[in-house]
Amino acid sequence: MNNDTINNQLDKRYEFGFTTNIEQDTLPPGLNEDVIKIISNKKNEPEWLLNWRLNAFKKWKKMTEPKWAKINYPEIDYQKISYFSAPKKKNLESLDEVDPEILKTYNKLGIPIEEQKMLAGVAVDAVFDSVSVTTTFKKDLAKAGVIFCSFSEAVLEYPDLVKKYLGSVVPQADNFFAALNSAVFSDGSFVYIPKNTKCPMELSTYFRINALNTGQFERTLIIADSGSEVSYLEGCTAPMRDENQLHAAVVELVALDDANIKYSTVQNWYPGDENGKGGIYNFVTKRGDCRGNKSKISWTQVETGSAVTWKYPSVILKGNKSIGEFYSVAVSNNYQQADTGTKMIHIGENTKSTIITKGISAGHGQQTYRGEVKIMKKAKNARNYSQCDSMLIGDKCGAHTFPYIDVKNESSIMEHEATTSSIGEDQLFYCAQRGISEEDAISLIVNGFCRDVFKELPMEFAMEAQQLMEVSLEGSVG
Amino acid sequence: MILFKDLKVKIDDKMIINNFNLEVSPGELHVIMGPNGSGKSTLAYTIAGHPKYSIESGEIIYKKELINDMSPEERSGNGIFLSLQYPISIPGVKNIYFLKSAINSLRKFQGKDEIDTIDFLKLVRGLLPLVGLDESFLHRSVNDGFSGGEKKRNEILQMLVLKPDLSILDETDSGLDIDALKIIAEGIKNYRNEKRSFILITHHHRILDSLKPDRVHILIDGEIVLSGGAELANKLEKEGYGWLRKKDLND
Ligand SMILES: Nc1ncnc2c1ncn2[C@@H]1O[C@H](COP(=O)(O)OP(=O)(O)O)[C@@H](O)[C@H]1O
Ligand SMILES: [Mg+2]
Repeated sequence: MNNDTINNQLDKRYEFGFTTNIEQDTLPPGLNEDVIKIISNKKNEPEWLLNWRLNAFKKWKKMTEPKWAKINYPEIDYQKISYFSAPKKKNLESLDEVDPEILKTYNKLGIPIEEQKMLAGVAVDAVFDSVSVTTTFKKDLAKAGVIFCSFSEAVLEYPDLVKKYLGSVVPQADNFFAALNSAVFSDGSFVYIPKNTKCPMELSTYFRINALNTGQFERTLIIADSGSEVSYLEGCTAPMRDENQLHAAVVELVALDDANIKYSTVQNWYPGDENGKGGIYNFVTKRGDCRGNKSKISWTQVETGSAVTWKYPSVILKGNKSIGEFYSVAVSNNYQQADTGTKMIHIGENTKSTIITKGISAGHGQQTYRGEVKIMKKAKNARNYSQCDSMLIGDKCGAHTFPYIDVKNESSIMEHEATTSSIGEDQLFYCAQRGISEEDAISLIVNGFCRDVFKELPMEFAMEAQQLMEVSLEGSVG
Repeated sequence: MILFKDLKVKIDDKMIINNFNLEVSPGELHVIMGPNGSGKSTLAYTIAGHPKYSIESGEIIYKKELINDMSPEERSGNGIFLSLQYPISIPGVKNIYFLKSAINSLRKFQGKDEIDTIDFLKLVRGLLPLVGLDESFLHRSVNDGFSGGEKKRNEILQMLVLKPDLSILDETDSGLDIDALKIIAEGIKNYRNEKRSFILITHHHRILDSLKPDRVHILIDGEIVLSGGAELANKLEKEGYGWLRKKDLND
C-alpha cells in the first residue's frame, strides 16, 4: 500500500468523526492508534515512520509514568490532551492583549518591540522582515553543506538520514515520556553537519521562526559527521506564550569520530504564578551519543522556567577518548520544582566526563540534582569530575542531591564535590553596608555562584542568562 | 558628625547597649575599648543599621539627622562605613566586581554616573600598595579563603575606595602581625583629615601610638564607664578591666 492509498483511506475513515475539528486543524482530546495515523497523515509522512510511531505507542501503553523523581503534580490524564493542534498560532491583534506581566519581563530583558510581538504570538508587521535574516542565514549554511530544517521537512527531504538515526540514541521505550513523544511528536529541528565541516554559525532555534511553535512534543535530531563541529542554541530568554501544559520533548545527538557538538539551552517557559498556579510541566529526554572516537558532546543548560522540570541530559561515551560535559544552572522560585541532572555512561577507553551543576532555590522552590556516573567494564582509565553546588535563598525552599556512582573498572578516577550554601542575612547586610541594594546583592551573589556555567554559554547568551536570573529571582527575598 | 543620646539596643529581647551617650565631631578619632561581650560590636552594627539590632530607645543623630530608622544602604550612601570584626566572605563574587558594585551604588546614591572602568582600575591599583595587597586579590572571591589579616586589609581597601565620612573600625587591628599593623595604621592615618571621623574599637594601645586618638572610652555592659585620653589605653592594656568593675561597684 502506498502513501496515497493510506491517506485516502484515513481521510475517509475519519471524515465524519472529526469533520468540524479538522476544519480547525485540531483533534479532540484522546489518544489511540487512529489519532496517530491522523498526525502522520497530516504531515504526509512515509509509511515506515507511521509504523515507527505505532510501534512506540504500543510500547507506551504498557509503560507507567515514572514516580521516582522528587516532584509533585496532579495526575495527568493523557486522554484529555489533544495531540494535534498545529499550526494553531492564534494570533493576537496587538501587544495590548498580552499579559502585562510577560510584557514587563520582555522589557526588562530588553527585547525589541517587533520581537516581543513574535514571541507573544501577535501578528507581525510587514516591516519586520524576519525572512530576509533567515534567507541569508540559509544561504551560508547551504554553502557549507549544513542541513538545518524542521523535523517534518527532514522526514520528507532526507528520509535516509532520519531513518538511520531516529531513535538510535533514545530508544522508543527508553522511558514513559520518550515513548509518548515517539508516538505523537509534533515537530522540531533537524541538523546534519557533513564530514570535516565546522558549522559557519551558531545554529539557533531563534532563527527558525516556525520552531517557536513546535508544539508540546518536540523532537530534535542532530548529527555531527566525522570531524565536524556545531554549536546549537535552543530556546530563548523571553518567556513564550504557550497554552499547552504538558511538554515532553526528545533530543538526540550523534557525534561521530572527532566530531564536536555543543548544545546550549535556555529554558524559560511559564513557571506558574507566585502561588504555584499554572505553569508548564516539562518532561524532557535529552541524550547525546559520542559514537565516534575522540568525539565530544557538551550540554549547557540554564533552566529558569516551567512549574515542573524533569530533565537529565546525558552522554553515552562509546568512542575511545570521547568527552562528555554537562553544565547546568537551574532555578526554582515560588512553587517551582526541578528534578534535573545528568548521566555519563563511560563505555570506551580513556573517556572523560565533567559535570558542573548549580541549583538555586528560592521562595518555596524545590530543587533536586540527580546524577549518575557509570563506568563500564571496558572503560579503561575513565575519568569523571563532578561538582554539584546548591544555593538556598530564604528558608522555605529546599535542595536535594542524589549522586549515583557505579564503577566497574578499577582504573578509573572519580572526583566528586558538593556544596550547599545560602545567601545569608549577613552577606546581604555586608553588601548593604557597602551601599549595594538587596536586589543587586542577590544578582551579584547568584551570578558569582553560576559563573562556572555561564562561561560555557555562547557569548550573547551569557549576558542574557545573567539578566534572566535577575528577573527569575526577583522578589525572592524579603 | 554623630551623636548618641541615651541609646538602648536590644538583640532578641536582651538589652545589650544601655544609656549610651557620645558625640564624635568631624575630624575626631574616638576609641572604644572594653572586655569581650561588652557590646562594642553591637554598637558598631547598630550604627550601620543591621536589622537584627533594634533600637529600644534613644537617638542616633548623624550629620544632624535622626537615622534610627534609616536603611543600611542609605547610611552607607550618606558616608557611614563599618569595617567588620569578622568580614563576611562571598564565594564566587570577585573582589573587583564587589568593589565596583559598591562604588557604583554609592555614585548612584549621589546622583553620579557609573565610574569608567579604566578610571576605576587605576583608582584601585593605586590604593592596593597602601594596604599591602597585590593585584591577585582583586580576582579572588570576596574574603573567601583570605587569612584574618588579609580580610582586615581588604576592609581598609574598601574604606579607601568608598571614602566615607564616618568610619567605624571594629577590631581591625586584631590578629595582625606587626608589619601588617603598621601598614593598616598608616593607611588610616593618611586617610584622616579634619572632616573625617573615626570610631575605632580595639583591645590594643599599639595602633593608637601612631593614630593619636582624641578620646578613649571604656564600655562595660553596654555603657561607657570611663572616658579619657590616649593614656587610658595604656593603662587598660597593662591592668585589664578589673579595677573598673570594682570602681563601678563602689560607686
Ligand atoms: N547576633 C547576636 N545574637 C544574639 N546575641 C548576640 C548577637 N550579637 C551579640 N550578641 C550578644 O551581645 C553581647 C555583646 O556582644 P558584642 O557586641 O559582640 O560584644 P563585643 O564586641 O564587645 O565583644 C554578647 O553577650 C553577645 O553574646
Ligand atoms: Mg566585637
